[in-house]
Amino acid sequence: MKEQLHELKEQVMLKIQESHTVKELNDVRVAYLGKKGPITDLLKGMGKLPAEERPKMGALVNEIRESVTAILEERKEILEQQAIQKQLENESIDVTLPGRPVELGNHHPLTRVVEEIEDFFISMGYEIAEGPEVEKDYYNFEALNLPKGHPARDMQDSFYITEDILLRTHTSPVQARTMEVKDGAAIKIICPGKVYRRDSDDATHSHQFTQIEGLVVGENIRMSDLKGTLDLLAKKLFGAEREIRLRPSFFPFTEPSVEMDISCFKCGGSGCNVCKKTGWIEILGAGMVHPNVLEMAGYNPEEVTGFAFGMGPERIAMLKYGVEDIRHFYTNDIRFISQFHRSEA
Amino acid sequence: MLVSTNWLSNYVDWNELSIEELAEKITRAGIEVDGIIDRSFGMDNIVIGHVNSCVKHPEADKLHICQVDVGGEISQIICGAPNIAEGQNVIVARPGAVLPGGMKIKKAKLRGEESNGMICSLQELGIEGKLVPKAYAEGIYVLPNDVRAGDSALTHLGLYDRILEFDLTPNRSDALSMLGVAYEVGAILSKDIKLPEISYTASAEKAQDVLKLSVEAAEDNPMYVAKVVKNVKVAESPQWLQNTLMSAGIRPHNNVVDITNYVLMEYGQPLHAFDYDRLQTKEIVVRHAREGEKMVTLDQVERTLHDYQLVITNGNEPVALAGVMGGANSEVYEGTTTVVIESAYFAPGSVRQTSKEVGLRSDASTRFEKGVDPNRVAEAAERAAQLMAELAGGEVLEGSVMFDELDKTPEKIILSPDYVNNRLGMKIAMDEMKTIMDRLQIPTELINGQLVMDIPTRRQDLKIKEDMIEEIARLYGYDEIPKTLPIVESTPGGLTPYQSKRRIVRRFLEAAGLSQALTYSLASPKDAQAFALETAPVTKLLMPMSEERSILRQSIIPHLLDAATYNVARRNDSIALYETGSVFLGIEEDGLPKEVEHVAAVLTGKWVHHAWQGETKKVDFFVMKGIVEGLFEQLGLLERLQFTKATVEQMHPGRTATIWLDDQSVGIIGQVHPTVQNQRDLQETYVMEMNLQSIMQTATEELLYEAVPRYPSISRDIALMVDRDTSAANLEKIIEQAGGNLLKKVQLFDLYEGKNVEEGTKSVAFSLTYFDPERTLTDEDVVKAHSKVLDALTVQANAQLRS
Repeated sequence: MKEQLHELKEQVMLKIQESHTVKELNDVRVAYLGKKGPITDLLKGMGKLPAEERPKMGALVNEIRESVTAILEERKEILEQQAIQKQLENESIDVTLPGRPVELGNHHPLTRVVEEIEDFFISMGYEIAEGPEVEKDYYNFEALNLPKGHPARDMQDSFYITEDILLRTHTSPVQARTMEVKDGAAIKIICPGKVYRRDSDDATHSHQFTQIEGLVVGENIRMSDLKGTLDLLAKKLFGAEREIRLRPSFFPFTEPSVEMDISCFKCGGSGCNVCKKTGWIEILGAGMVHPNVLEMAGYNPEEVTGFAFGMGPERIAMLKYGVEDIRHFYTNDIRFISQFHRSEA
Repeated sequence: MLVSTNWLSNYVDWNELSIEELAEKITRAGIEVDGIIDRSFGMDNIVIGHVNSCVKHPEADKLHICQVDVGGEISQIICGAPNIAEGQNVIVARPGAVLPGGMKIKKAKLRGEESNGMICSLQELGIEGKLVPKAYAEGIYVLPNDVRAGDSALTHLGLYDRILEFDLTPNRSDALSMLGVAYEVGAILSKDIKLPEISYTASAEKAQDVLKLSVEAAEDNPMYVAKVVKNVKVAESPQWLQNTLMSAGIRPHNNVVDITNYVLMEYGQPLHAFDYDRLQTKEIVVRHAREGEKMVTLDQVERTLHDYQLVITNGNEPVALAGVMGGANSEVYEGTTTVVIESAYFAPGSVRQTSKEVGLRSDASTRFEKGVDPNRVAEAAERAAQLMAELAGGEVLEGSVMFDELDKTPEKIILSPDYVNNRLGMKIAMDEMKTIMDRLQIPTELINGQLVMDIPTRRQDLKIKEDMIEEIARLYGYDEIPKTLPIVESTPGGLTPYQSKRRIVRRFLEAAGLSQALTYSLASPKDAQAFALETAPVTKLLMPMSEERSILRQSIIPHLLDAATYNVARRNDSIALYETGSVFLGIEEDGLPKEVEHVAAVLTGKWVHHAWQGETKKVDFFVMKGIVEGLFEQLGLLERLQFTKATVEQMHPGRTATIWLDDQSVGIIGQVHPTVQNQRDLQETYVMEMNLQSIMQTATEELLYEAVPRYPSISRDIALMVDRDTSAANLEKIIEQAGGNLLKKVQLFDLYEGKNVEEGTKSVAFSLTYFDPERTLTDEDVVKAHSKVLDALTVQANAQLRS
């Protein structure tokens, strides 16, 4: 019986070595250790042995069974490892192949500029005010100190619908409307929107374009407040190292009026083609709200003052992104629009 | 305004600065200097030559061989100008000279004859053709007799001069004169200025004895001054005067006209010169024209006048359109001996209207339109008289003929230093403010701690206190203003819910793969109402620039389709664009059109394109529908969204739907009609447009958490054969109604028609999910509910269950 056992063990060992898959190995296990296997048979045959030999033999059978089981496990692990290895080899891919693109659309570049400006001012407690694109002559001109026959009306040839209604030539009528509605209360607003002028479309003119304006009205609003606000805006839009300068100018709805230049973001002020060798780039117009405008909206200009500023998102986008032709903003060429995918912090 | 810095030097000494520094200071003080023009253009080697002889070139009809004295040396020069002649003094570009166009002058042979340089026209020296005196416009320029051969021609022509190009804002009409510029530069540099000294000897004869004046339209002409100059010899002006006018952009004519133009530029006061004898009546009457009255203006055009237009007449007929253009019948010509100089104040509005109607904007009319200085009207006439005596040999008659009802008193502005400083956010001392007023030559007194200023009439832009704040600030320097932030009642700021939702809509559509387009609001008559969601009257421009852009759009789709076509034509064949913007519908009570914000989208080409995996899918109706559903889900409105089949012009009749939000139709979705696709050179294209305003203004329920299920749900699938026309929505409705409370979800997961399915029918399969939040469902529960569903489908939709 002892010999039988040892022979059996050697047989099993051989079979285990010959197994090359987990399945074959499992077959071996079932064949030898299973309920119908020879080892079980041997254990069943123990009863025929003399009583004193039983413990000894029992121990031997168990020992063999355990060692076979251990070897089986060991072999199984190796075979499993090999199988995984093979699977991994088969599953290997070329990681340099292109990925499945996530098709994202993006904002129009002008929306990008407008929202950047809106968000900047929202963080300073401003509200966004909007108004109609088709306006009354009163809000577009008269309420802004541009009475009928005023020479400065020549500055903006307009699309009239009737004698008294026109496509707004600037977003300033939103300011006039807001002041009228606020009825003497303090104001901090930003007014973005489309505007229209009778211009032939070319590289620098568009009969439709966008504007974004700001208005602050309250007690003790000073020109220094305007300058501080614009300085922060310039740094936000064009970089922290930008300097600003104000130059006197003229707008009928502000007095004093200024134009704001920023130090050239390309050359830093030493002079280049972007700033036309001057080191400065004109960005926006601004000023202290004209007393007539305040008065027409029901404010007392002796007690209440305000500042206003306005700029063209097209111009800012053209400068910021180096766009050379204003018409690109309105032809909607995918090759143009899709360049504005990238987010900027 | 072109400002010759040589001319400016007559009135103010700026020469301590470089011209660039001067330009910078002027710009920073408020008048933008657009450019600096060097009139010499770096030219050199250009001399005066005397044509000793001039003979025809033997080999060329149009050429002459000239022997030219260029200063101690005789050069042979071939000249092709028609007006070349022996004895002339001419401009010679010698070999080595470079002309403004870049032309280099070299020795050359022309048809076998040597040529040592070039005899020049003024145009060749960089002077615009329209400024060259008419006599020399078609040929070389001929200099007067009193010049010396060999001298620099550039010096003689005053071309060593630099011009400042002013870009004047409309309020600064005071700088439309050299004196105005001198005042400005004087103020900037804190320098005194030198005004012209006017003195001449008048004859004993009095102007009022030879000329009568009556003004019958004082409102439009509150001041009229006429001076009479006798024995004038009309001739070419002296070279300096011609040079000065050309530097200011004015073409020289003759001494009389040139003097009026010179004074115009010097004083900003337009003048007119009449031929006294051609007036015939020894009388000037200023009145409004008679309706339909005719006159021939200087440009030889006969004009029909209106009764609101101001004319100068000789008592019988018009001799000038006041402030706009003279008449042909009274023009100064070579034979003129007696001149009437007119200097007047014409009302700005009147001149603006007439000049606009006549279509003539001249140096004179632009100045009248802005309002000339009342205190310079008479002085300018005296200045012209003086120059006519000096330069045209004239005899100025004593005094003037004058009508004067013009208010010439200066405005008074009283300003407290606090008012200024509170508005600037600065602390400028009162003395400092006074110094600035002194620099501006604005007479100012300090009374009771206030600045009391008499505003000179030359500064018509200074009317209110704020104007003076600007004057103080701009000369004090805007760089000195500190940077502060406004202190106002603190408000939360931020976007309105509507504005936030608009951003959500845009973000969603972009995340879904659509890019934002921006198209024009103005459309053609063909496009204005196409695809419109509702019928409303259109809003048309009074004077469109083109028919293409003549009507405000009522739908965004047509311009989005244009954008798609534009891209497809450039081989970008997969397009996914959206736009949000206003459309314009009808007229509201206040006279303005109803502006409604819409959102629209266009899809064409491939939706999925994973090239190397071979996964490509073209856009279809359901891609667009999925986008709309996703958008409604994002806005919390998905359960209130419905689609019903619809017919819309220019859309595919079988693939178009109305979009409903509750019982309100809010938009359209579908394929563009194949015929329209063809016309627009597009492949299968899908569009949608919705009334964004209605959607965003629809209130949504508050977002509340619903318990996460604790018990399992049970699913059952059903496959049905139904009529081909039975809509999925209809079947879903039947299932939902029959399924009772336990039915939580119905999802269509298969649709088949064609082979193995009877014609006119289709196979549809749904997955139904049953669930009870309170307990685990038993099989029995589900069987009960499910069989009700099956019964309902059989009865209501004539469905046959497939096994």
